[in-house]
Amino acid sequence: MDDYNFAYLDEDTKRMIRRALLKAVAIPGYQVPFSSREMPMPYGWGTGGVQVTAACLKPDDTLKVIDQGADDTTNAVSIRKFFQRTAEVAVTERTQDATIIQTRHRIPEAPLQPGQIMVFQVPIPEPLRFLEPRETETRRMHALEDYGLMQVKLYEDIARHGEIATAYAYPVKVEDRYVMDPSPIPKFDNPKMNDSPALMLFGAGREQRIYALPPHTKVESLDFEDFPFVAGKADHPCAICGSTESYLDEIITDDAGSRMFVCSDTSYCQERSVQ
Amino acid sequence: MYVAVKGGERAIDNAHAWLAEERRGDPAIPDLTVPQIREQMTLAVNRVMAEGSLHDPDLAALAIKQARGDLIEAIFLIRAYRTTLPRFGASAPVDTGAMTVSRRISATFKDAPGGQILGPTFDYTHRLLDFALMAEGEVPAAPQAEANAQDTPHILSFLDQDGLIERALPDDTPPRDLTREPLELPADRALRLQSLTRGDEGFVLGLAYSTQRGYGRNHAFVGELRIGTVEVELNIPELGFSVEIGEIELTECETVNQFTGSKTEPPQFTRGYGLTFGQCERKAISMALVDRALRWQELGEDFVGAPAQDEEFVLSHCDNIQATGFLEHIKLPHYVDFQAELELIRRLRTAAMEG
Repeated sequence: MDDYNFAYLDEDTKRMIRRALLKAVAIPGYQVPFSSREMPMPYGWGTGGVQVTAACLKPDDTLKVIDQGADDTTNAVSIRKFFQRTAEVAVTERTQDATIIQTRHRIPEAPLQPGQIMVFQVPIPEPLRFLEPRETETRRMHALEDYGLMQVKLYEDIARHGEIATAYAYPVKVEDRYVMDPSPIPKFDNPKMNDSPALMLFGAGREQRIYALPPHTKVESLDFEDFPFVAGKADHPCAICGSTESYLDEIITDDAGSRMFVCSDTSYCQERSVQ
Repeated sequence: MYVAVKGGERAIDNAHAWLAEERRGDPAIPDLTVPQIREQMTLAVNRVMAEGSLHDPDLAALAIKQARGDLIEAIFLIRAYRTTLPRFGASAPVDTGAMTVSRRISATFKDAPGGQILGPTFDYTHRLLDFALMAEGEVPAAPQAEANAQDTPHILSFLDQDGLIERALPDDTPPRDLTREPLELPADRALRLQSLTRGDEGFVLGLAYSTQRGYGRNHAFVGELRIGTVEVELNIPELGFSVEIGEIELTECETVNQFTGSKTEPPQFTRGYGLTFGQCERKAISMALVDRALRWQELGEDFVGAPAQDEEFVLSHCDNIQATGFLEHIKLPHYVDFQAELELIRRLRTAAMEG
């Protein structure tokens, strides 16, 4: 496709995004404003992730794109096709073979390796947004490390429900400094971010923010000493591969409402089934 | 045995083929041409240019055709195209005082130099369906008059001479560019106007209407509404002077707002301003009202908590491409988050039942 530059974005735009990425890596967990471009797919559908991936891709990269853990969900297919068309890079479904993995809502089950880049699509980058809608206020709160509002919210959850009533996009603290939204991954995936050998980049296109976790960053899920964080999942083995370690999707199988549970990470599940 | 659903790729290809067929409609009916849309759906073309931030009637008409008449989708196509275009330079500010006007009205003065020109407006049409349009037929030519060769002065400049209205001082500070820098708040007036002129017509209209009904009321009169063409000049550094590169149609609205004074400002009339590509007068008037409402701080007025006064609220939500993308993304799969919520609700219910 000669009408557009490699990976769609022009080189000036890529340079602008790389500058924001470098700043984000230098200040783990801090949200760096960047001049997000209008992409040929809708805001809210991964434009931030797509811009970050476009800025990182090299012709010899191998790309994996997942949505809800699966390579074959429609939006993952669409984004993968976009890069096959505009960058002609190799693609894979195997986590171990990918150099860049763009994801929406999951971290793969297979352990990440040094040199790999995870790119997260982020809808609302601000972990404090639903406690304080104003960006002008939340930026001040981050600057002053004023996270009392979040502590109170977590405490009130425990007082009311006996546990912290957040199941996904569970807030984390990065290197004892910034509270960060890990994107809407299930809290099951949160521990995978801590001390990960891979570089983790987060792109929010509509909200014009980039943030990052360099390899081996300390990432703690917010909790209390007497109410420690628990990474939960459905209490079943996968009905296909039998894994008891993986995050599961629940599927309704008949009119009577029977359920079955299968791995959300289709690549992991398939590999285990073949073995 | 259940097998994980595969086939996203084929589903997408088939959906696109079906969409193309639906877009074309009944093949027995002649295909709509882009020039037909450009010439006969002009106001739709104008809105797409205004909110797409790209003055190109042919591309806007193409986008409307491709989008099956969904104007927000057409605006999206234009925006996504626009962002890939190289920038050769910035034009000199256009002079709306030198506009060749096709419509110019004032609600504040019965007559003024340059006169009132009603122009091609729906204003006094009776909204009765014209069934004759269902048949083909030629439209009789409209009566002609000599164009006014003089510049048409801005009506608010007459109030300005008497010191009755706030001074609008020239400001040569280059404005920030919303399409090249992230929006950072607080914004200045130039940036707010830039955001409003790209903003969704319906959203800006709703906000403007809310100010009229008392949510941040600012007593607006249409001091002047003018529609017409202006010359666009580009400064060519190699030549050292600017060259006219074309003409564009604009709608400009200046409101006169009653103002009884505040702690910092004396009683005087104040201004709201709206400017859009093409003939988009509903949008230009709405923009002027919202502009005025957003100026409360600068004029020392009270913030009464009205949505139209709230810069962060207005600027963060007026872009329909951002809004529609995020709204529609909830159609995407959320199995994983929903599963996490299911587990949570089941656990909380169990605890509640046992408790």
